[in-house]
Amino acid sequence: MSGVRMSGKEKALWYVAAVAIVVYALFPVAWIFSLSLKPASELTDNRFLPTDVTWENYRLIVSGDAADLFLPALRNSIGITLIATAIAVVMATLTAYAVSRLDFPGKKVLLTTALAVAIFPVISIVTPLFNMWRAIGLYDTWPGLIIPYLSITLPLAIWTLSAFFREIPWDMEQAAQVDGATTWQAFRKVIVPLAVPGVFTTAIIAFFIAWNDFVFGISLTSTDASRPVPAALAFFTGASQFEEPTGATSAAAVVVTIPVVVIVLVFQRRIVAGLTNGAVKG
Amino acid sequence: MATITLDHIVKKYGDGFPAVNDVSLDIKDGEFVILVGPSGCGKSTLLRMIVGLEDITDGDLTIGGTRVNDKAPRDRNLAMVFQNYALYPHLSVFENIAFPLRLAKGKHSDEEVERRVREAADLLELREHLERKPANLSGGQRQRVAMGRAIVRQADAFLFDEPLSNLDAKLRGQMRTEIARMQRRLGTTTVYVTHDQTEAMTLGDRVAVLRKGELQQVASPRELYEEPVNLFVAGFIGSPPMNFLPAQLSGTTLSLPFGDVEISADVARRAEGAEFLIAGLRPEHVEDAETLEGPRRERGTTFEVDVDVTEWLGNELYAYVPFSPDERVAAKLAELDKELDGESMRHQMVVTLDARSRVRDGDRARLWFDPASLHLFDPSTGESLTRDEERARAIQADTEEMRRQALERSREHAQAVGQGAPA
Ligand SMILES: Nc1ncnc2c1ncn2[C@@H]1O[C@H](COP(=O)(O)OP(=O)(O)O)[C@@H](O)[C@H]1O
Ligand SMILES: [Mg+2]
Repeated sequence: MSGVRMSGKEKALWYVAAVAIVVYALFPVAWIFSLSLKPASELTDNRFLPTDVTWENYRLIVSGDAADLFLPALRNSIGITLIATAIAVVMATLTAYAVSRLDFPGKKVLLTTALAVAIFPVISIVTPLFNMWRAIGLYDTWPGLIIPYLSITLPLAIWTLSAFFREIPWDMEQAAQVDGATTWQAFRKVIVPLAVPGVFTTAIIAFFIAWNDFVFGISLTSTDASRPVPAALAFFTGASQFEEPTGATSAAAVVVTIPVVVIVLVFQRRIVAGLTNGAVKG
Repeated sequence: MATITLDHIVKKYGDGFPAVNDVSLDIKDGEFVILVGPSGCGKSTLLRMIVGLEDITDGDLTIGGTRVNDKAPRDRNLAMVFQNYALYPHLSVFENIAFPLRLAKGKHSDEEVERRVREAADLLELREHLERKPANLSGGQRQRVAMGRAIVRQADAFLFDEPLSNLDAKLRGQMRTEIARMQRRLGTTTVYVTHDQTEAMTLGDRVAVLRKGELQQVASPRELYEEPVNLFVAGFIGSPPMNFLPAQLSGTTLSLPFGDVEISADVARRAEGAEFLIAGLRPEHVEDAETLEGPRRERGTTFEVDVDVTEWLGNELYAYVPFSPDERVAAKLAELDKELDGESMRHQMVVTLDARSRVRDGDRARLWFDPASLHLFDPSTGESLTRDEERARAIQADTEEMRRQALERSREHAQAVGQGAPA
């Protein structure tokens, strides 16, 4: 990428703006982290930095009283989210390929329906789903959450991926076919590798949506058989009924943020890679 | 290696517009055939139908004696070089070239793939670049990788779609000779699409001229140049293009804007009835009368003109001679000009004179030409009235013989090299 030349003053301005935004965005996270390190007595001392750093809250959720609630929830969250993401990515890849490459009747309808589903308010389908899931036995099961997650991640995934596929020159695929590839081989050996950045981006978006969900998680589960972390947090209780479980909640919140941060750090290179450069004349 | 036969091929896109209309063409084994025509005339469509990327609406396509209309591209065993190269950006140059071999699973051992890719790379001088990615190569190098991918397997034919149009002029000239050399050496049937008539004239054994999806003439470059069948071909082949002048015939006397000439009784008879004609005169068939002597001058006729502008190029001199158009043929000529992607707004004749000529801007000059080199066209149909079928046949036989000899030589050469090499 060719850098835009900026004067020193302009640069300074950009830095100030960037720092301001970063601080604004990270402040709540830092606050929660700080809370998670405070002993119960200091939780309401209105100070940002803990005077006494303690890992008590983490112990509480990993092996203490809250562990019974938190550990199964963590397992559910990871399992359900990964499965939903994997299915969404595979299905979205195939669908987006069809949408961007093939001409078939109903293509427009498919795309607009997908969009409509994406913008449909989640809260309005929760109650009907609750009744339906109870009737057919999906209530409080993994599939019971995976299915609604698919319905909210798929449309976005399809739209993102078909934009990526459209960027890949047609010629590339046709060259592969002339070179002796079947349609499937051309897709697998040429299109998919080229779409890797798109696939990763889509996977991450889908993962976030499912990982962060609260509404489905709280409404469609009742036990630790399938309750995900965001929902489980609401069930944390303090040491006595007059004590808020703030410390443990904060620690749990930090723990569930870690995978998200790790994923973004690991994949950010792949996301930005401008892989199609040089495919055609340049 | 194979013959390719197109039998009344038609292509209609969704909107029903025939992009290719009733094209029949026989391509012999080992022949280098050019498809040429202005942009949008259906060249790419035709090529893509041969390779199988476009369905054939009507007609039969036969490769090596088998009808392939319904075969997938991968079952036709053809190799194609795309206009934008279509290299695989995620693969190294080596893997790009090896791609077709790797797809033919189990057919080639790893050593064989290695050997074949290195052979192709040597032929195209890509050896140092095998480990690089296409994004890091220059335009010319990418072009050669695309060719490497085409020649690495024993394809029955090579198909090129304007392979040089993304290169700069100098590189284009180099790659042109490179392609010619490679084709002679491998002796593989080749179909080459271009809109550049220099490529068409220099590369092809035969050139097929297309216009709005219809085949106009298929002939050797020499026959196209000397015996074009119609106005379109005459105007398309040659650079600078043929001059078209309004002409009026009475008896055997033809009146041109610059004077009268006598034509043969034979041609006059063919033109009978058509009062107004279009005469075609190639720029290089006109000379400065001052630079000519002796018998050559006697054969021709001279006329005086006012020269508007001249361009001296070192080896020759272009002189521009304005003339007043005849409105009865002006419309026809304007239409033709548009079809040929021309933009000549003014009526002028271009002549290519000897560089020694002393004619300069604004001069009154005495020019010479041989009336036998004049072409005449019927303005209503565009057909040539001067085409000599017998001569055309002679040229055809002659060029066919030359092609056969060249092919034989290259095969002998290949054999000699093959025997000389250690096993
Ligand atoms: N996919 C397509 N759908 C509809 N019309 C097309 C398509 N491809 C090409 N055409 C039309 O067919 C004609 C020939 O196109 P093409 O073969 O690309 O011409 P050329 O290669 O000679 O420039 C043009 O008029 C073009 O607009
Ligand atoms: Mg084209």
